[in-house]
Amino acid sequence: MKTTDPDLLRKSDGPGGPGLPAQRPAPATPPPSSEGQSKTGGTLNVFSHGVLVIWAFLVAMPLLWAVMTSFKDDKSIFDSPWSLPDRLHFENWSRAWTQAHMSEYFLTTVIVVACSLVGTLLLGSMAAYVLARFDFPGNRFLYFLFIGGLSFPVILALVPLFFVMNNLGLLNTTHGLILVYIAYSLPFTVFFLTAFFRTLPTSVAEAALIDGASHSRTFFQVMLPMAKPGLISVGIFNFLGQWNQYLLPTVLNTDPDRKVLSQGLVQLAVSQGYKGDWSGLFAGLVMAMLPVLGAYIVFQRQVVAGLTAGALK
Amino acid sequence: MQHGKYRFIAGFLIVPLTIYALFVIWPFVQSIFYSFTDWTGLSPEFSLVGFDNYTRMFGDGTFWKALQHSVTFVLLLPVVTLGLALFFAFMINVGGRRRKGAAIAGVRGSSFYKIVYFFPQVLSIAIVALLFRFAYNPNSGALNSALGILGLDGLQSNWLGDPKLALWCVMAVIVWSTTGFFVVLFSAGMASIPKDYYEAALLDGAGRFTTFFRITLPLLWDTVQSGWIYMGILALGAESFAIVHIMTVGPGGPADSTTVLPLLVYQKAFVGGQAAYATTIGVALLIVTLAFAALVSRVGRRERLEF
Repeated sequence: MKTTDPDLLRKSDGPGGPGLPAQRPAPATPPPSSEGQSKTGGTLNVFSHGVLVIWAFLVAMPLLWAVMTSFKDDKSIFDSPWSLPDRLHFENWSRAWTQAHMSEYFLTTVIVVACSLVGTLLLGSMAAYVLARFDFPGNRFLYFLFIGGLSFPVILALVPLFFVMNNLGLLNTTHGLILVYIAYSLPFTVFFLTAFFRTLPTSVAEAALIDGASHSRTFFQVMLPMAKPGLISVGIFNFLGQWNQYLLPTVLNTDPDRKVLSQGLVQLAVSQGYKGDWSGLFAGLVMAMLPVLGAYIVFQRQVVAGLTAGALK
Repeated sequence: MQHGKYRFIAGFLIVPLTIYALFVIWPFVQSIFYSFTDWTGLSPEFSLVGFDNYTRMFGDGTFWKALQHSVTFVLLLPVVTLGLALFFAFMINVGGRRRKGAAIAGVRGSSFYKIVYFFPQVLSIAIVALLFRFAYNPNSGALNSALGILGLDGLQSNWLGDPKLALWCVMAVIVWSTTGFFVVLFSAGMASIPKDYYEAALLDGAGRFTTFFRITLPLLWDTVQSGWIYMGILALGAESFAIVHIMTVGPGGPADSTTVLPLLVYQKAFVGGQAAYATTIGVALLIVTLAFAALVSRVGRRERLEF
């Protein structure tokens, strides 16, 4: 039970008065009559810290366990999962990086995500700008067409999409995967940026048009720089979504030489399971985990803002 | 000028719309059409068979199991995840020892908790699934070994190998990986609720739980509701596919005890060569998704509170 400023209390009921059961006194000057209530507040504080620490522990332990395991040799991984490594087996990491193709998976993922992200932001902001700022027949229809993609199960479209891609010669190609990533990122991007462009003032764009700038020049030189905060938020959202994508590449990118990171790791888990190279596998897993976690800790504020922005709108 | 405007609109829309229509809309439309054919996916030929696929689906025991598991997911996971998240967020924002002059206070170290809780959200679902596949390993996994160290040998189990436990293990991983996001989301919402409301309620003698149900929850309801729908779609879609596909034996096993609708679609289409039947199951998944979204919108409708 929490309470307000002690001065306020005195004005109403007095400290620990009947109107305020189990209130907690100020730590500095505890009113003499409220020792039991102080305990209640303290108990609650201990309780909330208790449950919060337990969950933090549950979240962190599996991750720390993986980091620790990646430095152990295979025998101790199997015999005593929670023992500390006898020494830091860095060779697990170099083996994963070279022999287990982690370097190639990283490279493919970087290329695919970089191209998809630029494409998504460019095409998404173009479509969103037109839908947010121009009146034309069919505007509402197109907007809801884009938004509709948010709630449909992607797997339903993947069955025919596989054959569409096959017919177009895009199956198992990098550019094909990039196009699909862009297409499936558009619904949220258009939804988010349309709302964002609507909040920007119209006067600047009008001034640019009166000065003789074309519509497209106004967009690229005036509106896009103004939309930078929105682009950063939706960019972070799409970056994580595309970097972590598993479903789309599993179905559409089955070429073993061109796997993306998440796929490659699963592949690794299957093959290393036969080889018994568990330490190499854990090294690969941690290798894939750390860059994203590191980037998150550095850009924590922006990442949280980017990921929660859509839901709060 | 008008002419220039329409040319500009068309020029800006043509590329995004073409990509979207070709890779998203068109396959969706096709898949609903294919559910009425006998297309195998292996050859381009097919003929219309009416509702044969649907009749077959209703007689397919595996489909009913997958449907039952997916419905369990969509009913249980959002409630558990959002419930936990609301609880933690409330503790973070209101559970603190009162500091001078403040009606409510966050716990010490609230930003630390929020950073740690958010970790799973930035990881690929594939990494999370792999990690827990090893953690659940009955011989060398972290879980059984930790139980052994704590002296709780009786609780050690063959987690993913036991048909009675496997589905719960899968759901626990989804809860583990999604709760943190909602804690942070709800925390942001709670932080924007004016402190005066709490002060007024406390002066009137409201307890902590009353303030939660009478102030926090109603003012946060919009966020909770959109989170509910978001979580439900996630529990029916790509997330549940990835977890089940990577973690479970089979995948979907043991004995179909963890199979879910998206996994069944994938298996029929790309392993079994029954593309038309796969789209039929996909249509069932679409119906479940839309029914869920409609249900939550209806049940969750409240008067919008402005503050």
